[in-house]
Amino acid sequence: MLYGIMAYFDAPERLLSALRVLREEGYRQFEALAPGPLEGLEEALGQRRDEAIPWAAFAFGVLGLGLGLFLQIYTSLDYPINAGGKPLLGWPAFIPVTFEITILTIALGIFLLLLYMTGLPRAAHPAVLARGYPGVLVDRYGIFVYVTDPRFHPTATRSLLESLGAQVEEVGGG
Amino acid sequence: MAHKEPHPDRDLIQGDWTEKSLVEKLLEPVEKPPPRPWRLVAAVGAALTLAWLYAIFVTFVRGLGTWGINQPVAWGLDVVHFVWWIGIGHAGTLISAILVLMRQNWRDSLNRVTEAMTFFAILAAATFPLIHMGRPQHFYWVMPYPTHMALWPQYKSPLSWDVLAIMTYITISTLFLYLGLIPDLALLRERSRGWRRKFYGWLSLGWTGSALHWQRYRAVYVLLAGLATPVVISVHSVVSMDFAYALVPGWHVTIFPPFFAAGAIYSGFAMALTLVIPLRKWYRLEGVITERHLDWMAKITLASGLGVAYIYLLEIFVMWYSAEPHEWAQQLWRMTGPYAPYYWAMMLINVGLLQTLWFPRFRRNIAWLFIFSILANVGMWLERFVIVVISLSHDFVPGSFNLYFPTWVDWTLFLGTLGFFLLGLALFIRLFPPIAVAEMVHLFHKLRKH
Repeated sequence: MLYGIMAYFDAPERLLSALRVLREEGYRQFEALAPGPLEGLEEALGQRRDEAIPWAAFAFGVLGLGLGLFLQIYTSLDYPINAGGKPLLGWPAFIPVTFEITILTIALGIFLLLLYMTGLPRAAHPAVLARGYPGVLVDRYGIFVYVTDPRFHPTATRSLLESLGAQVEEVGGG
Repeated sequence: MAHKEPHPDRDLIQGDWTEKSLVEKLLEPVEKPPPRPWRLVAAVGAALTLAWLYAIFVTFVRGLGTWGINQPVAWGLDVVHFVWWIGIGHAGTLISAILVLMRQNWRDSLNRVTEAMTFFAILAAATFPLIHMGRPQHFYWVMPYPTHMALWPQYKSPLSWDVLAIMTYITISTLFLYLGLIPDLALLRERSRGWRRKFYGWLSLGWTGSALHWQRYRAVYVLLAGLATPVVISVHSVVSMDFAYALVPGWHVTIFPPFFAAGAIYSGFAMALTLVIPLRKWYRLEGVITERHLDWMAKITLASGLGVAYIYLLEIFVMWYSAEPHEWAQQLWRMTGPYAPYYWAMMLINVGLLQTLWFPRFRRNIAWLFIFSILANVGMWLERFVIVVISLSHDFVPGSFNLYFPTWVDWTLFLGTLGFFLLGLALFIRLFPPIAVAEMVHLFHKLRKH
């Protein structure tokens, strides 16, 4: 069964321009693979900058702040102790715990959000089956075009990618 | 661009590398048999870890009477070591987090090994309050959970701040270390066979290197760095408040939070140097951990050490200027009492020998840097001894003054955590690359191709 076509580029600039071409040709189901973060990727994929993570972090922060304050106010009222004559709800003494719980909530929250957004953990991915795949973790840049893409054609897609300067490999038996 | 200036950080990776050969080199500690000194370190670490477990066993079976603590020195070497280890952890998070935010390229060669150092240092630190409790099986009483006794922790106490600060710190540094490892785990997965492939496969969560994933990964990584930075500062500040909240002469000072934070960074960088210098030599990593890296680390050690030295002198001034008899008596007791040699040794190292790092000749002398880094750790150990033991032994009432003599259990617990730390790091290096491969490859690309 054929899973798709993997194309290898030797420079990130070539990868980005190939992504632009693929989008213009109407391809939708493909993935770029790289050994590190790439500048200008969103723009090449025709996406706006993804601000979901910073905003979610802010929301987690508000949640954590509320949790931290709730914990301390609730427990102080539930078991009131006169400690050194301090007011029962002496808020300055609540700052450290509130701060730590806020940070903890954001950190755990964005980590889980990252897993959710990237679909990880994931047991298998067809691109990993490509013979040249380990290269994209080191010094090559790959595009994996899924066979399910409406524009996919075994020879036309292949020659399009080759014309963009890529080495091409079919992934999965034919 | 029309003209192409060499990147100012070009010499951070020295030698003739390609991405492939760089990856081969960086994965050597994991994939090749270890050099001979590795076995020695692991063996010593394992032996001391066993001794440590025995000392913990003795503590649990026979109780805290086996320790040297007494009244008024109820906080002995265990609290000294707790603060010392937590401080050592700080350099790892600092290198990872603050230097990420400041876009300092030289961190890339150092962050992995120092984060691992942080991880094992916090674990070592966390054992001390746990076994110091006397009834460690009840440790969960410090956590907020609904009990049949309807008791809650007292959140106006710095001791309960400490619990949350340390636990947040452990969680964030572990997440940070793990997140940084994920791309390298995927690389190791593709390069290994058998059980190792399964092991790295599970841990790498199926990371493929998808460019969109990288984008989100980077966003989370930078955010975590931004969050870890205030946590580092807050943790040692909170630890210092365990002291500063009390009225004991020598503790009741508002300068304590920055004092402890500066000391933590100083001792953390010293420990990082102690680890990185042999690592670089044994694994022949001179090309990626260059003399410039060591020079920068020495400069940060100097800067944070100067902060510590300044506060030593300020402490003397404050104790004199407050005209509070017990405070001033405490200062004189430190300088002239039976513990004076400890105090003066601390001053000699942390104020005196520290000044050598002003001079490039000393900073570039790797042998001196190594010796100094060990001395600085001893100096910071002495500082915690001065704060904890000397302050407690001489409080308000002459009738309650008492000296403190650690027992063999105290010393074994300390040497044991050192062994655990070394063993943990040795095993870490065998399983995970001590230098962040994906980041180094990225840096290499940035420096050479752009």
